[in-house]
This record gives sequence, C-alpha cells and structure tokens, in this order.
Amino acid sequence: MVAIQADEPVIELKSLVKKYGDFTAVDFLSLNVYPGEIFGLLGPNGAGKTTTILMMLGLTEPTSGSVKVCGIDSTRNPIQVKRKVGYMPDDVGFYEDRTALDNLVYTAGLNRVPADEARERALRLLERVGLAEAARKRVGTFSRGMRQRLGLADVLIKQPEVIILDEPTLGIDPEGVRELLGLIRELSRKDGLTVLLSSHHLHQVQQICDRVGLFVRGKLIASGDIDTLSRQLDGAPAHRIELDVSASTGELEESLLGIEGVSSVARKEQDQLASASASNDAPVTLVVSSDTDLSADLADFIIRRGFRLYGLRPHRYGLDDIYHRYFEGGETRERLG
Amino acid sequence: MNAWADKLRSSIGKFRRTESEAAETVRPTPPFWVMVHKEFGDHIRSWRFVILLAIVTLACIGSIYTAVTALKAGVSQTDNPTDTRFLFLNMFTVSDGNLPNFLTFLSFLAPLIGIALGFDSVNSERNKGTLSRVLSQPVHRDDFLNAKFVAGLLLIAVVIFSLGLLVMGMGLYTIGYPPTPEEFGRVMLTLIITTVYVGLWLNLSLLFSVRFKQAATSALAGIALWIFFLVFFGMIVNLIGNATSPSDASDAASVIQHSNAMQLLSRLSPAQLFQEAASTLLLPDVRTLNPFVTQEQAYLAISAPLSLGQSLLLVWPHIVALIAETAVCFAASYVMFMRQEVRSRS
Repeated sequence: MVAIQADEPVIELKSLVKKYGDFTAVDFLSLNVYPGEIFGLLGPNGAGKTTTILMMLGLTEPTSGSVKVCGIDSTRNPIQVKRKVGYMPDDVGFYEDRTALDNLVYTAGLNRVPADEARERALRLLERVGLAEAARKRVGTFSRGMRQRLGLADVLIKQPEVIILDEPTLGIDPEGVRELLGLIRELSRKDGLTVLLSSHHLHQVQQICDRVGLFVRGKLIASGDIDTLSRQLDGAPAHRIELDVSASTGELEESLLGIEGVSSVARKEQDQLASASASNDAPVTLVVSSDTDLSADLADFIIRRGFRLYGLRPHRYGLDDIYHRYFEGGETRERLG
Repeated sequence: MNAWADKLRSSIGKFRRTESEAAETVRPTPPFWVMVHKEFGDHIRSWRFVILLAIVTLACIGSIYTAVTALKAGVSQTDNPTDTRFLFLNMFTVSDGNLPNFLTFLSFLAPLIGIALGFDSVNSERNKGTLSRVLSQPVHRDDFLNAKFVAGLLLIAVVIFSLGLLVMGMGLYTIGYPPTPEEFGRVMLTLIITTVYVGLWLNLSLLFSVRFKQAATSALAGIALWIFFLVFFGMIVNLIGNATSPSDASDAASVIQHSNAMQLLSRLSPAQLFQEAASTLLLPDVRTLNPFVTQEQAYLAISAPLSLGQSLLLVWPHIVALIAETAVCFAASYVMFMRQEVRSRS
C-alpha cells in the first residue's frame, strides 16, 4: 500500500466546500485516492457522500475548493472526466421496457462506441456479471441484485479508469452482496481499476477496501486502512485476545494481569441479545490486551491453572467498533482532529 | 520506367490503405443522435403514441368524410357553381355541419399531441433514476434536453405530414380532382406551420416536465393551459374588450385603436395565431386579417384570391410569433434544467 501511495493520486480533492443555503453539506474536504486501490467512503446517511461524488463528476459545482480526477478539473471539464470515470448512482435506474442489452448498448453509444463493438462489449460484460441468460429480458423484470450487477456492467462498458459506486450494496441480500463485492474486488485486482465506493454498511466494505475514509457531517474525520484506524482509535495495544473460559471469579483476571506483557484484562459484557439463552455455567469472555502476541502463553497459563478454555481468538476492531467509537462522543473526534 | 511504375503502385497502395483505414475508423454517431434515436424509438413503441395516432386518424377520416359529403352536395359552388378554383383546398376547410373540418380538428388536437409527447420526458427519467445515469456519461447536459425536443419534433413532423398527405390522397381518390402545384404548396406550408405549432406545445410540456417533479402534475398543467387557450382565453379577451370599449362609438380613431389592442391581445394566444395563419393559407380568398376595411377598399378591391406569395406574406408575422413563443418556452426550460441539480431519484 505504501508503494501505491507514491503515485500521483487519481482523485484529488482539495479543501472542497459545498453549501446549500445555510447548510454545509461538504466542509473543507481534502482527500486523495491512489491508482489501483479500493477506497471506501463511509458515513451515516446525509453525511455528504453523494454530494462529494457528484462534485467529482462535475454534476454539481462546489462552492469552493478544487476537484481533480485523473488530473482533470471536474468543474471545468466534466465531459473529459466523465469519459474516464464510471459512476453508478445509488438505486441505479434503467429504461425498464428495454432489454438489458439495449440499455448497455445505449450507454456505450453515449460514449461514442461504435454499434458493433458496443454489442460485443455488452455481451461480454453481461457474461462477466452473470447476466448472460437475462441479456434479452426487459430490465423491468429484474430483481434488485440483478439490477445492481447490470449497473456494474453499465459502468464498465465505457472502459473507465476509475469507477465510483454509490451505495452499491444497498438492498441486496447477503449472498448478492458477497457476489457483487467479489466482482468489484476482482475488477480492481485484475484490471487495475481504481474504485471508490460509498456505503454505510461497514461489514461489507471492510472486506474489500484497502483504505477507508470516515465521513461525518461533511468532514472527513479519519482515513487510512482499517488497522491504522483501529490503532488510532485504541491509543496503544497492538494485540487483543478474546478468551472464552469456564466461569471465573476475579481470581483468574488477577493472575492473568501478572503475566509479563499483559496491559489489561477486561470481562466482556454479556451481549444483551444473547443473555436470555445463556445459563449460569456458560463460559465468560475475557479480553486481554498486550504489547506482543501472547496467545500461546495465555492458553498454556489458563489450562495449567485448571480452568477450561473454550475459545481463543485474536480480537481486531471491526469498522463497526471504529464507527461507534468515532460517533459516540465529540471528544474522540477532537482528539483526532 | 520500372521505377516509376513501382512508385505509382506503392502510392496507390498507400492510398488504398488510407482509404481502408478511414473505413475502419468510421466516426461513431455523436451521443446527441444516439439520444434522439432512442427517444424516437421510445415514442413509437409507447402505448400513448398508438392511442394518439388512433384518435388523430379517426379525426382525419371523420373530417374527410364530412368534407366529401359537403363537396358532393355542392357547398362551395352555391355562390358560384362554375368556380372550381381551389376545390381541392376545400377538402381541408369545408364541412357539412355534422363534424368539424380538418383544420378545426387539427387545431384542436395538435396541442394534445405535443403535450402527450412531452409531459413526462424529463421528470420520469428523474424519477426512474435514469437521468443521473445518462448525465454521468460524457454528454453535454443540454444535449439531453435538445435530444428530447428534436426527437419529439421529428415524430410530430412525421405524424402531421403523413396525416396531411393521407387526407390529400384520400381526397384525390374520392373527389377525383387533382391539386394544382399552388394548392399543393399551400397544404405543405400549412403542415409546416402545424408542425411548428405542435412543437410549441411540445416545448411547453417539456418546460412543465422540467419544472414539476411529478409527471401527473405536469400533464395536468399542460392540459389546463391547453383548455385555457382553447376556451377561456377568447372569453377573457371579449370581457376585457367589452369593459374597455370606447364610450363614443363615433370616435373612429379610438375605436380603431381599441380594436387593434384587442386583436393584439387575442393574438397572444398561440391557438389564435395558428388558426389565422392556417386558414389564411388554406383559404386564398382571405385578403386581409384586419377587421377594419373601409368601404372604398372593400368596393375597389378586385374580388380575386391572393397568390401563394401574398398569402404567405400575410401570415409571416404569425409564423414568426409562433416560432418566437416556441423559442421562449425552450429557453425557459433550458435555463431551468441547467440550474437543477441531478441527484438520483430526487
């Protein structure tokens, strides 16, 4: 990833501001996206993700600041930018009474692709997104997941350098999401496309993004890969291990603290949703933070002490945790800001 | 000698190659025409177009029927039985009283065609989410609106001309009296004016479709305006005319001034403009559109039809006004559209 960042950024936003009257949708946003990476723009609804994307495409004019995509100013030369960038809006719409193939060929035509080649490309892409047998069906009969995959084909037909996907996973079932994300990752890895996707579904994005930016109320409050973010968030510990042990009194925790390198031991709160089914002798979960990886030592220690070990797993902050932590209080944001 | 031949051959070869290269890199259709093509196809395939076509065709058949019966009964020949001049044009203007004639039908239904083709052209794309997808392609934003307009106008031209020619053909068949070139020219000009007139309504509905987010609202607005100009505008002009008529009927100057003002007011309506222009072209006997003709003028004027050029001169301002109104509508929708933000489905 370090190597990637050495290149010129593909998308370069500099102190971008967009105001609607008194409301500031995007507030001095600066962001770089580098060639070949998958960048996730994360944020709750109304954070200004879509507005930012529209400004990248020159569909909306920024109040101030500059947007450059592939080195071209989006505000001044939107046409040139749009030639290189494929954009899939959230809830992408198609001409319902035309076939999937017609819709793709039309898009290709708008990109000055000659008719024969357009047809060929469209068929190839439909194959790739798994819609080959539905190519001659009207889009009106498509399911949500099929539409989204057709949207991806539609984005790719102009052979873009960058693709921007706005909420690509919205409203698709889990299996569909998995397929779609797999497809996106494959595109990025195989074809070297730069992908920028916005989402508020953290788990899904987490799986495929190289870097993410957290976006709240028009501001980018943090960006980087997930490890960096979780480290930033946590302050120190590099390793956290979750242990499921047979019901313990405070004794075990005390003695665990005595091991060299362990900085803290905490009992994990019982999940509220799970509590109903949990009986008294269910194992409890302890979270052990340490500077170095102590998994083996801990297991050894617990068993020798006569406790039963049911599970041991390294704990990483998911984006969910990160998200929560960033949003729960103003002070976290200030600390990082 | 051989060297020369070689050179010639190679240069020919070069020429051939460039030719084939040129054939390979055929310039692809510009996006604008791709859009026009698609819009045109959409219109033709749509149910609403079929319905419209059915209505208009029925109206045409009705008007031909009524014109033919009237002609057979000798309506036009009552005052001058031997006068067969412009008999062919009568096809479009006479009626036996049961059904309106072709021109009336056309002036009544033409706005409906325009409104039906345009009322949902922008807002439905917005609601379906296709607008943002199309505009994220490398096309100019104005091309989108222009394509809508051009495709609509092309279709209207095709419909109007085929209907006009259909009526002419059927008339030819039933009355067996061929048109003179002048008559043919007059009909063609009328059809062109009709196309412009329908284009005006298309533009108005396009404007509504940019302005209103819901297709139903914009359709209603279009129909309301249509009915307003068709029914109420004349009444309102009359009302104003009565209220402001000069008290002294013997004051010629003020009477003329008032009447001119009223005429100007009534001509603000595109329907009025179209009526006057089309009937002047189809009725060569109309010598002036001015309601005031002095006795000397009426008495001394030779009672003869105008030539095509003169008729055209008479309605030229009307045509210009129609085109101007169209342009104003288009400019308004253009400005409005360029300022709107394109978001998906909002």
